[in-house]
Amino acid sequence: MGLILAILVQGIQMVLVLALAPGLIGFTRKVKARLLRRQGPSVLQPYRDLLRLVRKEAVLADNASWLFRNAPYLIFATTWVAAALVPTFAAGLHFSWAADLIAITALLGSARFFLALAGMDIGTAFGGIGSSREMLFATLAEPAMIMIVFTVALVAGSTQLSTVAEFMVDHSTLRVSLGLALIGLIIVALTENARVPVDNPATHLELTMVHEAMVLEYSGRHLAVIELAAALKLLLYISLIACIFVPWGMARQNDGVLGMLVGVVTWVGKLSIGGFLMVLFETAIAKMRVFRVPEFVGGALMLGLLGTLLLFVSRSF
Amino acid sequence: MPIVAALLSVAGLAGVAVVAPILTARRAAWATPVVYGASLVLAAILLMCALLALLGGSAFQGGVHLPVGLPWIGAYFVLDPLSAAFLIIVDFGAMVASFYAIGYGAHEEEPGRVLPFYPAFLAGMNLVVLSADAFSFLVAWEFMSLSSWALVMAHHHDAENRRAGYVYLLMASFGTLMLLLAFGLLAGPDGGYAFSAIRTAEHVPWLTGLVLVLMLLGAGSKAGLVPLHVWLPLAHPAAPSHVSALMSGVMTKVAIYGFIRVVFDLAGEPAWWWAVLVLILGAGSAVLGVLHAVLQRDLKRLLAYSTVENIGIIFIGLGLGLAFKTNDMVGAAALAVTASIFHAFNHSLFKSLLFFGAGNVLTGSGERDIEKLGGLVHRMPETAYLFLGGCLAISALPPLNGFVSEWLILQAILLSPDLPQWALRFLVPASGAMLALAAALAAACFVRAFGITFLSRPRSPAAETAHEVSRWQVRAMYALLAVCLVAGVFPGPFLDALSPVSQMLVAGAMPKQPILPHLSIIPISESRSSYSGFLVFFFIMMASWAAIRVIHNFASRAVRRAPPWDCGFPDASPVTQYTADSFAQPIRRVFGPIAFRAKVSQTMPAPGDMAPASLTLSLRDLIWEFIYAPIESAVLYAAERLNILQFLTIRSYLSLVFAALVLLLVLVATWA
Repeated sequence: MGLILAILVQGIQMVLVLALAPGLIGFTRKVKARLLRRQGPSVLQPYRDLLRLVRKEAVLADNASWLFRNAPYLIFATTWVAAALVPTFAAGLHFSWAADLIAITALLGSARFFLALAGMDIGTAFGGIGSSREMLFATLAEPAMIMIVFTVALVAGSTQLSTVAEFMVDHSTLRVSLGLALIGLIIVALTENARVPVDNPATHLELTMVHEAMVLEYSGRHLAVIELAAALKLLLYISLIACIFVPWGMARQNDGVLGMLVGVVTWVGKLSIGGFLMVLFETAIAKMRVFRVPEFVGGALMLGLLGTLLLFVSRSF
Repeated sequence: MPIVAALLSVAGLAGVAVVAPILTARRAAWATPVVYGASLVLAAILLMCALLALLGGSAFQGGVHLPVGLPWIGAYFVLDPLSAAFLIIVDFGAMVASFYAIGYGAHEEEPGRVLPFYPAFLAGMNLVVLSADAFSFLVAWEFMSLSSWALVMAHHHDAENRRAGYVYLLMASFGTLMLLLAFGLLAGPDGGYAFSAIRTAEHVPWLTGLVLVLMLLGAGSKAGLVPLHVWLPLAHPAAPSHVSALMSGVMTKVAIYGFIRVVFDLAGEPAWWWAVLVLILGAGSAVLGVLHAVLQRDLKRLLAYSTVENIGIIFIGLGLGLAFKTNDMVGAAALAVTASIFHAFNHSLFKSLLFFGAGNVLTGSGERDIEKLGGLVHRMPETAYLFLGGCLAISALPPLNGFVSEWLILQAILLSPDLPQWALRFLVPASGAMLALAAALAAACFVRAFGITFLSRPRSPAAETAHEVSRWQVRAMYALLAVCLVAGVFPGPFLDALSPVSQMLVAGAMPKQPILPHLSIIPISESRSSYSGFLVFFFIMMASWAAIRVIHNFASRAVRRAPPWDCGFPDASPVTQYTADSFAQPIRRVFGPIAFRAKVSQTMPAPGDMAPASLTLSLRDLIWEFIYAPIESAVLYAAERLNILQFLTIRSYLSLVFAALVLLLVLVATWA
């Protein structure tokens, strides 16, 4: 019985992240438009876009291979699994023990691997440029992420996110190393999600683009699946930051249905605050040149390393 | 006893090597399958012996003493957990490579240059792992080096291969000399060179420190540790592909076996600074190796540099093991050592897989330069699929096996704040960052390798007319990919099997891996961290199945084929696509100035001027410039100075001999 309940709760988590992800994108677009004194499309527009894409026929380039057709599903699946393993409304879910933060990072790495390959499959210059830049940013963002994981894990004594969240609730103190990790994680999140100082999610035909360049040849249902995966990734990163740094309100292992409901409400609140702050930052800053980005992400790597080293000097930092 | 069966099989391999030239001379068509078939069977027997010894407990372990070799000493051979673990790596690789070679060898132009040396090479590697005294170890080591040198020289018409053979021979003799000195320092009381005598002897600490340095030079040069790696990217691509796979995937592991055997088993208690040295060399190899790999255009050379990276990762694990061992942190030491041996096993799998893939590309298209390939996914679909699997595994992506071992090493790093030495406390997280950087760069490297070779449009006629290869070659790769997946999804039994090894090396073992819940692996204790390859695999399968089902049931299934969109300006010419060099350009621009002093200079003529514009790129191999070039010029200088000795009169020669004799006698007299 316990197992069935556990699987049910895990299932709810999986469905919930999927259902909320396009809404989060819609919300950020709406907020951005309002900040720019535009009306903006409805918050529900991404859902409509996805439905529209799904109903259209898929146009494949003549020389597209099996990899091009299968990659969207693999990208989606790995991102979805990673997103479902981050504690959102409740800590200590039954399957959260399957993978720790390092494994979640690596799962996102798998998604990126397939995305970059899909970008190169047709053999257009745009796909290549996107893949090449994506992999360049990843070479710095991934070690930065690992160092941030180290910092957090050394504070909490575990790389398991559920344990980290529970530790943070019980032993909440201000720490220098955690502050460094937070800034680093925000930089990594902006880079990984192709947000403004790194990439512009709103542009299409511009040479500075990364994510959009890779998926340029996709259409119809394949594009829908990829867009959904991108939305899931944004949701994952905001949930991750919330889970590590503001885990309050999350349901504990043995909290009942009421605790879970409270958890869902606070999680949605955290998502909107996180999305709002991100858009606020985006409207205030300009996009960087491509070769400024490695310095920006390298900063995150240094912050992560610094945080880790501080903890090696003294556990109380 | 397994050890006897193992030695008999090694003798069998040597016998095959002797018979092979006769076979090639008499029945050329039969020689290839017979030699590789026999090697396959003998390697399978050796693998069985090793599995029995590792899993069967002490009843199946043991040694023999043969009255061959040095007079009154004889030769000792032993099969203990450590040698059994590495014997598994050697012989599984050998088995698959022999199977692959039954197909691949059919394309060999001069089988007589490969067939006799191949079983000899296998015999040499097996014998290194089995031998239990310094003399047989060194003889086997040299046997392994020389037979592999002969295989590197198999295609000796190519000047580049001859140079590779020359550098290899030089580095191999240097390495053996260092090992000779190391064993000389380790000799037991009254000169006992059997490992059992060395193990019980008392050694002065500075002396064992010197042994560590000599082992790093000797075994490190064979394994490809930076800065001793220079021969490796030359020699590994030069050999036939199944031999490249063995050299890169397996022979480097034999070198690591030698290092572990001496440093962990024979030299006694380590000092903490040993770990500093090993960690620095490991982290340096990991990052420099992969940076070189990401810039290579030759597919096999790219794979060889990636071996340097993985050797670095294994040495990071061993360095951690040493650090924890000196401080009596038994659990952590067991974790680090188990992780690095597991990574050695994993690397032997996916590196062989990738070299086989490169061999298929070579037989299918005749081309090794990835800049001239492309679009092979349509021509060689199975090879593409299998090569992709290898790329995923080596890039440490879940749920494949590369991720598990790197994850374990990262977990070991997280235990290092408990280390008392400050130098180690700072160095360990720094090497963790280097490890993460290397893993991320490896992903970029293999996206590039796979994407440029197999995806996009063909860049040359060779790529356009490529064809799929023989069933043998493809099936050998399926076997490797299957083991990669099994080791990634169910790593528990593999880690359990290694517990006698870590028990032997650091007197401790990882906790027994539980089956419940969810086949997770637990490095230290459940509260710290756990990972379940099975669940991750299962979830990915379920999620993609669900996505595909939903899309296929509810979405439009219409598909239209059309020319690529390419922002509205499609150009059919394949030169418009991204090339290997352009893919690597941003990475080169970010990391190149530090690692290679990369400089790009461009001349742009003024508008209206008809002179051509030019762009030149200079990359400097700093290690070659600062270490090898000075040695080379010093040797040349000395050789020129000593050249006059060649033209002396007979009288001067005689007086020279006399002077030398007197000097030696005086030396002996004053010494005694």
